[in-house]
Amino acid sequence: MIYRETGQFKSSYQADQALFPIAQDRYVIFAVLFVTFAIVPMLLNAYWLNAIVLPFLIYSLAAIGLNILTGYCGQVSLGTGGFMAVGAYSVYKLMTAFPELGFIPLVVISGFITAAVGTLFGLPSLRIKGFYLAVATLAAQFFLVWLFNKVGWFYNYNASGMINSPPMTVFGVIVTGPRGDMTAKYYLVVTLVAVSALAAKNIARGRIGRNWMAIRDMDIAAELIGVRPLIAKLSAFAVSSFFIGMAGALYFAVWLGSAEPTEAFDINQSFLVLFMIIIGGLGSILGSFLGAAFLVLMPILLKNIMVDGLGTNAALAAHIEIITVGVLIIGFLIVEPHGLARLWRIAKEKLRLWPFPH
Amino acid sequence: MLFFIEVALSGLMAGVMYSLVALGFVLIFKASGIFNFAQGVMALFAALTLVGLMEKFNFPVWLAIIGTIAVMIALAWLIERVMLRHLVNQEPIILFMATIGLAYVLEGMGDLLWGSDVKLLDIGIPQGAWDWLWDQGIYVEKLELFAAGTAAILVIFLAIFFQKTRIGRALRAVADDHQAALSVGISLHTIWVVVWSVSGIVALVAGIMWGSKSGVQFSLSLIALKALPVLILGGFTSVPGAIIGGMIIGVGEKLAEVYIGPMVGGAIENWFAYMLALAFLLFRPQGLFGEKIIERV
Repeated sequence: MIYRETGQFKSSYQADQALFPIAQDRYVIFAVLFVTFAIVPMLLNAYWLNAIVLPFLIYSLAAIGLNILTGYCGQVSLGTGGFMAVGAYSVYKLMTAFPELGFIPLVVISGFITAAVGTLFGLPSLRIKGFYLAVATLAAQFFLVWLFNKVGWFYNYNASGMINSPPMTVFGVIVTGPRGDMTAKYYLVVTLVAVSALAAKNIARGRIGRNWMAIRDMDIAAELIGVRPLIAKLSAFAVSSFFIGMAGALYFAVWLGSAEPTEAFDINQSFLVLFMIIIGGLGSILGSFLGAAFLVLMPILLKNIMVDGLGTNAALAAHIEIITVGVLIIGFLIVEPHGLARLWRIAKEKLRLWPFPH
Repeated sequence: MLFFIEVALSGLMAGVMYSLVALGFVLIFKASGIFNFAQGVMALFAALTLVGLMEKFNFPVWLAIIGTIAVMIALAWLIERVMLRHLVNQEPIILFMATIGLAYVLEGMGDLLWGSDVKLLDIGIPQGAWDWLWDQGIYVEKLELFAAGTAAILVIFLAIFFQKTRIGRALRAVADDHQAALSVGISLHTIWVVVWSVSGIVALVAGIMWGSKSGVQFSLSLIALKALPVLILGGFTSVPGAIIGGMIIGVGEKLAEVYIGPMVGGAIENWFAYMLALAFLLFRPQGLFGEKIIERV
């Protein structure tokens, strides 16, 4: 079966507005979902799930969040690490205070808390633009990390200053901390990420998303045609922070198990997620996944090749790794500044015309 | 009162040190619109090269400085050739991310070439308290005073370079309008090499000052994060803005650390500068001395 829409007639508005209007796309999506839900947990052992799949999924969620703000609404933010910390600390406080609510609702609530904090830090965006705003969001990053370090209430006054995830269950299986069951963790995270991605995609192509894109392309013109910048910008900050907060909650509670703000949520996290959306593709949900996959896999691959394959010592390998990451990023930006999602789109266009490209 | 003056003075001096880093940012942003995140790492790299030349090859100080300047110019040429030339006309955020990639490369290269241990940098800058003020009961580091003097000389030098020389005029033309500059025959590529070289030299000065103060080590590259609030406060495009912004941030930060810090648990230096700059920005979105942002539909 050749990839094209010829012969696929749409007889209702619903069919016309479907998420994947071409049938072959739908088959691919169902196949991908089948593989992620049925094949991956059978194929991969706990080590692979923990080392690669969980961070990939969690960073994808964070990247979706940042992509909404930066890719769709055009507001560059360097505060992702700080907002992830808000998600992590809210879920920690909620888990210790209201464990009876269940883990998933707590993650969603911490997403809402982060959304509130994000909206607050989004207020300057109404007045400040471009790189001035990017640097201003660093204020959020440094302030939030400092806050979680200094104020004992956030880590329940424990002596180490770290937060440790208490065991929480979903359907009777422990999913948090080091004692959690890896397959259950995987199912939990992949479900949350899939639902979030679907929600994000639908928000982004709906009325709100169009407002965001109008603001991104030219905010004064958008204002003139009746998009309210206050609502559009702040809603972008809120929705973006909601996803980033959930990602932070999962990052801490499910993947790390324990965290300390200066290391787990420092500014490098912010840069990492920003790299993900730029390499993946600004303004694309698929791009968030591709970028996260690229940046999670690449360092592991490099390390394996150099330490295990070539036998370089660890310190030297670390230096070479950081150089390679830098070179790859620059090279990537030169070759394809619109990201992996753009490559995918080009491939699809080509495939539609194949095998008669004229 | 004496204590207040002492704190303010030391803040002022620290602020000048921030300005040294911010200057390099401003030069590059003016000439090419690139927000160069690698400026801090460039300072680290320059300082590492200087120490390396002095230690490993036993160069005398003056020769090592000249050698480092040569390295920074070569680096600027390389950056233009390999990176910037291919990124012409990209969105600012893409260029910004590319400079973060550049920061990674330089960081790894510096460690790889010269080792990642903490190094002492001593090129004969006087250290210790300044005697005359010390007699009045105020402690001021000679080194910081020296840095302030150097910054002043640097700014004068840059002003002359920008206003009086042929290449400086070309630089200002490019900063004003890329296309117009191109159409009267100014080569953008040359200009970029020049401007990255100049900011490489500024980075070397910053690296020497910070390296003499606290040793040459990785944390040196983090001063870039200290310079960012200075930048947004002073405006991305203004050299005097970088200096005055640095002073405001330095004084504000030190006073806040001493007088407000103990009330909230200390260590507020990290974010206070950003909040201060943010507060200024709410009234002047383009910074104190930045060009007024005019938008048209």
